[in-house]
Amino acid sequence: MDARAPIAPVKMQDEVQSVRQQKQAIAASKSGDSLYAERVRVYPKAVAGKFRALKWRVLGLLLAIYYVLPWIRWDRGPSAPDQAVLIDMTNRRGYFFFIEIWPQEVFYLTGILVLAAVGLFLVTSLAGRVWCGYACPQTVWTDLFMWVERRIEGDRNARIKLDKGAWTGAKWARKIAKHAAWLAIAFATGGAWIMYFVDAPTVVSDFFTGRADYYTYFFVGLFTATTYLLAGWAREQVCTYMCPWPRFQSAMFDEDTLIVTYQKWRGEPRGKLDKAGTGPQLGDCVDCGQCVAVCPTGIDIRDGNQLECIGCALCIDACNPVMAKLGRAPNLIGYDTERRMAARAKGEPMRYRILRPRTLLYGMIFAAVGLAMVAVLATRSDAEINVLHDRNPLFVALSDGAVRNGYTVKILNKERAERIFRLEFKGIEGAKMRVVGLVETASWIELRADPDTVTTYQIYVSLDGAKVREERADVSFLLTDISNLETATRHTWFYGPKR
Amino acid sequence: MPTKAEKELFQGKPTTGHEWDGIQELDTPLPKWWVYVLYACIAWAVVYFILYPSVPYFTGYFKGVLGWDSRTEVAQKIGEAKRAQSRYLDRIKTQSTDEIRREPDLLNFALAGGKAAFADNCVPCHQAGGAGHVGFFPNLADDVWIWGGKLADIEQTIRFGIRSGHEKARMNVMPNFGVDGTLKPAQIDDVAEYVLSLTGRANDPAAVERGAKIYAESDKCIACHGEKGVGYATPGAPPLNTRIFLYGGNKADIVRQVTKPQLGVMPAWTGRLDDETIKMLALYVHSLGGGK
Repeated sequence: MDARAPIAPVKMQDEVQSVRQQKQAIAASKSGDSLYAERVRVYPKAVAGKFRALKWRVLGLLLAIYYVLPWIRWDRGPSAPDQAVLIDMTNRRGYFFFIEIWPQEVFYLTGILVLAAVGLFLVTSLAGRVWCGYACPQTVWTDLFMWVERRIEGDRNARIKLDKGAWTGAKWARKIAKHAAWLAIAFATGGAWIMYFVDAPTVVSDFFTGRADYYTYFFVGLFTATTYLLAGWAREQVCTYMCPWPRFQSAMFDEDTLIVTYQKWRGEPRGKLDKAGTGPQLGDCVDCGQCVAVCPTGIDIRDGNQLECIGCALCIDACNPVMAKLGRAPNLIGYDTERRMAARAKGEPMRYRILRPRTLLYGMIFAAVGLAMVAVLATRSDAEINVLHDRNPLFVALSDGAVRNGYTVKILNKERAERIFRLEFKGIEGAKMRVVGLVETASWIELRADPDTVTTYQIYVSLDGAKVREERADVSFLLTDISNLETATRHTWFYGPKR
Repeated sequence: MPTKAEKELFQGKPTTGHEWDGIQELDTPLPKWWVYVLYACIAWAVVYFILYPSVPYFTGYFKGVLGWDSRTEVAQKIGEAKRAQSRYLDRIKTQSTDEIRREPDLLNFALAGGKAAFADNCVPCHQAGGAGHVGFFPNLADDVWIWGGKLADIEQTIRFGIRSGHEKARMNVMPNFGVDGTLKPAQIDDVAEYVLSLTGRANDPAAVERGAKIYAESDKCIACHGEKGVGYATPGAPPLNTRIFLYGGNKADIVRQVTKPQLGVMPAWTGRLDDETIKMLALYVHSLGGGK
């Protein structure tokens, strides 16, 4: 990552070249095709406008959520963590405000991931790469790092000049200041990340007093390093070479997908503003290069829709003031669909087609998964029973002719208080239950379930031989909370001798 | 299919020369930093090679600068687990099985330990879950016990075994009534018929009547198996009034057992297993469902 080498082909001020053009220039200057591509530095120019303002707001909101969320408290009683959002790996619990998830319920996480994926597909098929352009952490942190860079090293031309110049004291000072600021932000990012896994106030004080464990320091270090490298150094290389999403998101695109695009029919042939009006008839594009100068991935949007375009819409903000100054219609570069653009060129009526098979399908999957999640969450019980039938032996014949089956009964008590349950055996009348450790034998028994954990009992059920008519009878265990009458049931079998 | 590198038709980009149905494979150069990442990984692998056990020699292997190996780590973890168990094991050592049974946390630990020890030592004969094997090894999960089903009885049986040769082993001998001529085959048949009648399975009332008389002679069955086949744990005489028979409950099985009894052997486990493990095993076997 040599900062000096690849910038030579860039001509300042008057002509702005895209990364593609610079690469072609580099390739042309060498004999033969190179196996490896040089990194061409991108120096995005500051821009102001509607979409830049929107992007700053989204950035502020997302960063605020990221940094503030771990500090929100949520009272769950004395024996539980009071952090609103917490993934407690040590105690195997996930907390999200009023929801508490056990490892058995990790399907909620799967559901959220499915929702996120399908939601992303839906949004992409409607509005193109809005995730890439506005909300992706890579975009958000790169934007933040670029802002810092601009404050310290100046805008595009100043930075190009600085990188080309000799290593003076002033240059050293600026570079050191920039990297120190980047590292500070990266550290704050990595530091906030672990707060989602351990109590935030505790880990902050432990961290700075050297009492946190090895893993805490390791993960803070890891996420500090990755943030610094990805947002400071790698930037558009992540989107172009590392990220799989740009590679397959074209599968969600069609001619009705909103994309950031250049109205070629209107702009071409492009050319410098012909004030005298003597030259040939030109399009609206005056080839000022502003769209290329502001692009964070260094592409020329006028080359058409391309892999490297993250859909950040900054070229729209760059082009519109130029059009306004020339008294030409805005949105030479703008959000549009392929179909609308074709109709626009021909002067035909344009329309958005939002309801398409693809969007309907994504929407239906999204709604179905979402509803299923809500339904499961709404009916989520605070008590569950799991029953394992003993397999060795399947049944035991007793001296009085009775048949006995053994079961391991696990009671999941998700409340933070001890609860008493009544356990009943259903399916065959006259069963006698016995619990290992408790001597009583009865048709139903009361069992204690420890707070916020799984309590396991070994239970024997005996039936008079005459009542065991099947080799395998369908039976079930019914668990009832004796105070609030909440119930849980679990099917199992009762085995007997071969008939 | 051409395999020579060519220029792509529309943009003049280099291709690999591969073409499928008119679709050409571009030969886009890899970014340089990606190659550097590969070199960094190779460098990391070299460091790893030096730090950790890596290269095998003809005898032994290069042990690595850090001196780490997985066996030491396992031994360390087993040691930690043993130390963690010691607070329970120390109590099991000093308390009787009946005392342990009354403390739920200690009982839970003992049952878990007993289960593991049972799987290691007892399962080959008594089967998983103590289901046993009719004709060879008794079922430990049912409620019929030859040598007693109380905790102390089970513990003693495990500790000293049955006919194991240990001086405190459980020991008895059922006479060879048939082989030594004490009973004639017809008489044995009558006795077997009587034993079947105790569980309502007899077919010949006259034989039952004759068998009952033989059974009740003072030097015959009744001396150990008791009146109506109730069985006694003290001499290790199994009950005959249930359908659970170690060596089979059919008439032929009973005739065979009276003629020339099969006498099972169980080894003594004292000396092979430590005292705590024997106690945990007794508690586990007792918990299998038949414990008295």
